[in-house]
Amino acid sequence: MLVLTRKKGEVIKIGDDIEITIVASKGEQVKIGISAPNNVEIYRKEVYEEIIAENQEASVDIAAVMNLLKGKN
Amino acid sequence: MKIATKYHGEKEIQEKEVIAFPQAIPGFPEEKEFVLLPLDEEGQFIVLQSLGNQQLAFVLSNPFTFFQEYDFTLENHIVELLELESEEEVQVFSILTVQDPFEKTTANLQAPIIINSKKNIAKQVILNEPNYHTKHPLFDKAKPILVKG
Repeated sequence: MLVLTRKKGEVIKIGDDIEITIVASKGEQVKIGISAPNNVEIYRKEVYEEIIAENQEASVDIAAVMNLLKGKN
Repeated sequence: MKIATKYHGEKEIQEKEVIAFPQAIPGFPEEKEFVLLPLDEEGQFIVLQSLGNQQLAFVLSNPFTFFQEYDFTLENHIVELLELESEEEVQVFSILTVQDPFEKTTANLQAPIIINSKKNIAKQVILNEPNYHTKHPLFDKAKPILVKG
């Protein structure tokens, strides 16, 4: 992993059209501004991982419950 | 064409019923084609069945049936990706995490499935919306879904 040291207000460029700005930092928290083309999707990693985990949980076999549900109709 | 499904046995479907997920569904990058199969007679619960993987199927529901106040705005790049031209073309579903007993089933309001019903292009959209998370109880009305943060 590339590690760069930056100060508040300084910018990192990734490729031609993505810029990451250090907006503020306080203690352990860093506020980051990201400017990127709008087809680049930006998520907090833990949010994205939570969606994956929920999708996996939602797709497990629920045949038994489905039969119950079908039986109701 | 005939497809093997998880909950409906072998099913005859038309090519025009196939829904494309160009960016797949998070967690399942291989599967980009799905079809909607109603689960109950009222059509309240619908299965989103993968064409390529018989074992991959989600149970969906119209979120507005259960969460009347559910509300979000689609960002422009999503409108463009799904080639949406009017609001009437938009179909919104929530993925349900079905539990036994069924009454404990939850809906993922944070990442709805958005379908262009005219062109059959779809995407699971992750909302940057603090009020919605991945497990809203479907039947528990005691817990309001809008929590002021």
